[in-house]
Amino acid sequence: MIDTVIEARGLTKLYGSHRAVDAIDVGIRRGEIFGLLGPNGAGKTTTILMMLGLTETSGGSVDVLGFDPVRQPLEVKRRVGYLPDAVGFYDHLTARENLRYTARLLGIPRHEAETRIAEAMESVNLAGVLDKRVSTFSRGMRQRLGIAEIVMKKAEVAILDEPTSGLDPHSTFELLEMIRGLKRAGVAVLLSSHLLDRVQSVCDRVALFNKGRIALMSTVVELANQVLGAGHPILVEATGTDIAATLRGVEGVQSVVAEGEGTWRVIADRDVRAAVAGSIVTSGGALTRLADLQPSLEEVYTRYFEEARRAA
Amino acid sequence: MRRKDASAVRRQGSPFTGFGPVFMKELADHLSSVRMMVLTLFVIAFGAFPVASSLQTLRTVVDPNSFLFLRIFTLEPEQVGISFIAALNFIIPLMAIGLGFDSVNSEFNRRTLSRVLSQPIYRDALLLGKFLAGLATFAVALVALWLIVVGAGLILLGVPPRGVEVARGLGFLVVAVAYGGVWLAISMFFSVVFRSTATSALCSLGLWLFFFLLWPQIASAIVSGAAPSEIRSLEEYAAIQDMAMGLMRLSPGTLFSEAVLGLLSPETRTLGPMLPAQMRGAIMGAPLPLDQSLLLIWPQITGLIAGMIVVFAAAYVVFQREEVRA
Repeated sequence: MIDTVIEARGLTKLYGSHRAVDAIDVGIRRGEIFGLLGPNGAGKTTTILMMLGLTETSGGSVDVLGFDPVRQPLEVKRRVGYLPDAVGFYDHLTARENLRYTARLLGIPRHEAETRIAEAMESVNLAGVLDKRVSTFSRGMRQRLGIAEIVMKKAEVAILDEPTSGLDPHSTFELLEMIRGLKRAGVAVLLSSHLLDRVQSVCDRVALFNKGRIALMSTVVELANQVLGAGHPILVEATGTDIAATLRGVEGVQSVVAEGEGTWRVIADRDVRAAVAGSIVTSGGALTRLADLQPSLEEVYTRYFEEARRAA
Repeated sequence: MRRKDASAVRRQGSPFTGFGPVFMKELADHLSSVRMMVLTLFVIAFGAFPVASSLQTLRTVVDPNSFLFLRIFTLEPEQVGISFIAALNFIIPLMAIGLGFDSVNSEFNRRTLSRVLSQPIYRDALLLGKFLAGLATFAVALVALWLIVVGAGLILLGVPPRGVEVARGLGFLVVAVAYGGVWLAISMFFSVVFRSTATSALCSLGLWLFFFLLWPQIASAIVSGAAPSEIRSLEEYAAIQDMAMGLMRLSPGTLFSEAVLGLLSPETRTLGPMLPAQMRGAIMGAPLPLDQSLLLIWPQITGLIAGMIVVFAAAYVVFQREEVRA
């Protein structure tokens, strides 16, 4: 079932004559994690703000859960949770009071709000600091509190702007786990980031932003195929016979490149690991390592922008 | 900006959605803040001295017909040289600026603004909620102060105020709240325009000092520059006086002091120069009835309230166009 929750068509934002966002088309489906990737200033945050109706569009249209953020911002904002870049809370209030304020703004009845707040804080492992002032919170805890706000809101769509920037590896891991938790709860997640390896592990699909345009949009693997060339790379470490020749003999192998002493990088048109292992062993070689080289988003990204710069 | 047709861009939902929670939160923040305590102490310290001195002087007065209670406010004791309302004229702007100078830009700096605005409320509700919460806080402080003064008067003078004195006192409260509202709106305007709280505080305070120290001199300089070298008739003299008054009345402080003068000094018959024609049939020093006093200061009250609304509207327009990204 393909059910689009956010649909942008020809979405444009002008700041003077500068096209911050230039006629982008993007669709986000229910229950997926969608990554908006790109360098700082590529138009990611502006796109997000237009989807929320927090900034006016200069052209094109957005549809969020069947509502127009320009004309019906309240309906959109009631259903969409937003975690801004470096989210802030009222420092002089406790976590509970902060969430209570949000609950009042949402018009959630008081007794229901209390249970929702407790549940939400439980889900982000912050139940222990519910009555602590936010001024004592670390950055990671503030981000988690932001996620708790979205959980409490029971949002259908969560929009997270740079959720992992400035977090230590452990906090990042925890936060990504919570984002997966949102997905399990059926929430469509749109997240923007320039930290690629972190995002790669959670995103179902990504869009690569460059100068206000979506340069590429697909799953991570397809992107890799587009940018790095088709093929399934594997890494082979073996000794014994003429490994390179043996590898070339395997059906489907397109190229074999020596990467060092006893190490080869093999590109094939499909996953040939079983065939490679079989042929090395039958030819009398000793296979010490056989690894599937996942295309890294970082590689895709670097390569893409290198090419874009060269083309410019 | 692109506009298709009026109905296509009209936003849906009440602009006041979420006004209540914003108002309540801001009010709670103000009333529990240290800043509020400091401001209140400040006002009490400034007001207590003139009031105490006035009461000392008034205890010796035995004229039952004079508006004894109102004179607590207006009397200029010799030792202090400043009446209670003159002190308030000076201190109310400071208090209002203290309540408003960081109301919007602090939300930017704490990065709470985009998060709050991503909840189902319009900016209208946020700004109006903040403004009215500030005004309510200010009114609470002012009423408390007024009650303290009246209470001290009751105890120390031993005479209850007459009904008309209470009515004039309440009118004074309304005027004072409107005056505070003007300055609150001004300080909120600067808090919308400037991202830095220090800059916005500086601008508000600068404007306050400008109106208090510089404006009277600038106004008289303009008048003496515009006036003919030789005044030939009474009409000419009256025109110059009118111009001077008009310029001075651009300052909210002038409007406040004139309105308060009309209310608290019932014998005031005119706020401008008095022509002989106006004196005909008048008994010197006889108080005007309340409705006549109100009529006299009606333009001042309207001016203050209009000024408050105009400045707030300007802040509102700027805020609506502001980008929320920090």
